[in-house]
Amino acid sequence: MTKGEPAPRRSGATRAGRSGGTPPEPEYVQLLTPSGERVNHPEYSVDFTAEELRGLYRDLVTVRKLDTEATALQRQGELGIWASLLGQEAAQVGAGRAMRTQDMAFPTYREHGVLYTRGIDPIMPLSLFRGVDQGGWDPVANKFNLYTIVIGAQTLHATGYAMGVAKDGKVGTDDGEAVIAFFGDGATSQGDVNEAFIWSSVFHAPIVFFCQNNQYAISEPLERQTRIPIYQRAAGFGFPGVRVDGNDVLAVYAVTRAALDNARLGQGPTLIEAYTYRMGAHTTSDDPTRYRVSSEVEAWQAKDPIARLKALLVKEKAAGEDFFKQVDEDARIEAVSLRERVLSMPDPDHSQIFDHVYAEGSPLVDAERKQFEAYMASFEGGH
Amino acid sequence: MATETLTIGKALNTGLRRAMERDDKVILMGEDIGKLGGVFRITDGLQKDFGEERVIDTPLAEAGIVGTAIGLALRGYRPVCEIQFDGFVYPAYDQIVCQVAKFRYRSRGNVTLPMVIRIPFGGGIGAVEHHSESPEAYFAHTAGLKVVSCSSPEDAHFMIQQAIASDDPVIFFEPKRRYWEKGPVDTSLGLDAAAPLHSSRVVRPGTDATIVAYGPMVKTSLDAATAAAEDGRSLEVIDLRSLSPLDMGPVYDSVRRTGRLVVVHEAPGNIGLGAEISARVTEECFYSLEAPVLRVTGYNTPYPASRLEEEYLPDLDRVLDAVDRSFGW
Ligand SMILES: Cc1ncc(C[n+]2csc(CCOP(=O)(O)OP(=O)(O)O)c2C)c(N)n1
Repeated sequence: MTKGEPAPRRSGATRAGRSGGTPPEPEYVQLLTPSGERVNHPEYSVDFTAEELRGLYRDLVTVRKLDTEATALQRQGELGIWASLLGQEAAQVGAGRAMRTQDMAFPTYREHGVLYTRGIDPIMPLSLFRGVDQGGWDPVANKFNLYTIVIGAQTLHATGYAMGVAKDGKVGTDDGEAVIAFFGDGATSQGDVNEAFIWSSVFHAPIVFFCQNNQYAISEPLERQTRIPIYQRAAGFGFPGVRVDGNDVLAVYAVTRAALDNARLGQGPTLIEAYTYRMGAHTTSDDPTRYRVSSEVEAWQAKDPIARLKALLVKEKAAGEDFFKQVDEDARIEAVSLRERVLSMPDPDHSQIFDHVYAEGSPLVDAERKQFEAYMASFEGGH
Repeated sequence: MATETLTIGKALNTGLRRAMERDDKVILMGEDIGKLGGVFRITDGLQKDFGEERVIDTPLAEAGIVGTAIGLALRGYRPVCEIQFDGFVYPAYDQIVCQVAKFRYRSRGNVTLPMVIRIPFGGGIGAVEHHSESPEAYFAHTAGLKVVSCSSPEDAHFMIQQAIASDDPVIFFEPKRRYWEKGPVDTSLGLDAAAPLHSSRVVRPGTDATIVAYGPMVKTSLDAATAAAEDGRSLEVIDLRSLSPLDMGPVYDSVRRTGRLVVVHEAPGNIGLGAEISARVTEECFYSLEAPVLRVTGYNTPYPASRLEEEYLPDLDRVLDAVDRSFGW
């Protein structure tokens, strides 16, 4: 991937993006219209090669395919629940690919696409959704924190981690580290998130706040959380905010890359609002027909992130039918592999209940483990 | 008489509806409680019938829900807050423990906060982390809060109305995995016909040992009593209903007759309600006890992944095992 030039410090406002003949769009950075036309933007640009564009397309398709597979696995009872990213692929792939190797991500429970672009095996979070464990991966080694379900909490963790990066002197150069915190529009109401804004601002932490505004927090529409566009909140906290078309992978990449590079160069936080839409249910437990109309979903269908990149690839003759077929087939194979590995995931051993409660052990937990094992053994041979 | 068969969830819904009809100062606040009717549909249809002014979809912020409810209560409203899941009450913990609990004391009785905080609690629904917790002891430990838990549709229907009518703040724990359990409710009855909110109750009489439980564990204990009866053992089951204040009278009476007590709850045992009950019974019924008071509880670990919850949660076998141990003493 190529890198967009780090943007100069901005005041917080962004210029209008152009839309491809559809009804007026909110102001946002857009580099690719829903119909696949490139748009020039005074501040942001990408200079991807055809191969890199094909790579992004492959990411988007694969991420969607794996997500669809996970939804199917939940429907078949193989996962307890699934939080689908359907519709948010460009926001996640754009942000994930904008990260450099040394950067650290703090996800919610929906960032499967970011995870994938970090080169992490997509099976990693599925044990959480299957009920086998609570994630269990090493957040620091993976540079990808545990999924966080308590809304907004991770934004403070990300801020603290970024403060640590700064304390370690890892900012100020091109190979500096940056941190990115993911959260939703609903999360912006939480005290934790607002505190994270304050702390990162006061301590000038090398962090990017990446809000996927998918228009809903379960059933509650955006208007229940804010009366001004989310990105404009940043101004009050003392750092720049920018809104980007979250269904435009090129714009998301450019904006996020610039914000991360600003952070790593010591210029402090940025809030990015990726304006997108949750095409599916909140999770597999949700019934969106109770709170939104299908015409709204259809309107967003026309802004699909994959279709527009495909249109661009075709228009610029960067890919042909063979390529698209191959990508679909490769994604299908990855999905089959994911399914097989979910189905063969062993159930956890009972004694896992007592593992890892304390670093230094606990007499109480040790005693209960013994009692528990004796109790379980009493069933062997009929009780 | 207008006895209907309702689920616990529906009985809460009808109870909320009655309370809103009775007093137009009653307002509901919470995440997704409007059009969606709450993730468990406990407030289903209420926004449609009472309007957005009285059934308020709040911003996604629990400290905000409880903190603004305090202000609304000061202004004469009776807010009923819904916390979506047990594990999400903690952002509001400061507001509940430092503010809700102490307002009356600090104002030397000049204000009361007649508010209710509803919390679906407990495990057994195969959920991901933070959706299966039993945080009741944190609140029962705090002076100034009243804490209750219902276990049947009838109690759900009446206790929620009593909690709303109470001038004290009430933390109302709903046994989420039992929301779909059915039972008879006479919805024509007024509140005066219901048992007092802070009373415990014998839900199955017996003679050989006493089981004390509340919320989701009442059914587990009743099932254990049924199984024990097949083995010729008669267990008396008491539903505590109120966790703070505790109504220990029926427990003492029972233990004085049976001489044996097993306390059952999903929450971890360490420094939990079972310890308090055990201490009080030991003080009051020492000479009646044939065996130490035993506890069957969740283990003293974080709530585990859902594929382990069957082993983690007290079940019929663990209750019977404790009864056996009591008799083997
Ligand atoms: C502290 C807390 N309160 C409530 C919930 C329940 N809950 C889970 S997701 C969600 C909505 C989140 O909306 P948003 O932040 O917009 O993210 P999205 O799910 O749309 O990606 C809620 C209320 C929670 N997980 N944590």
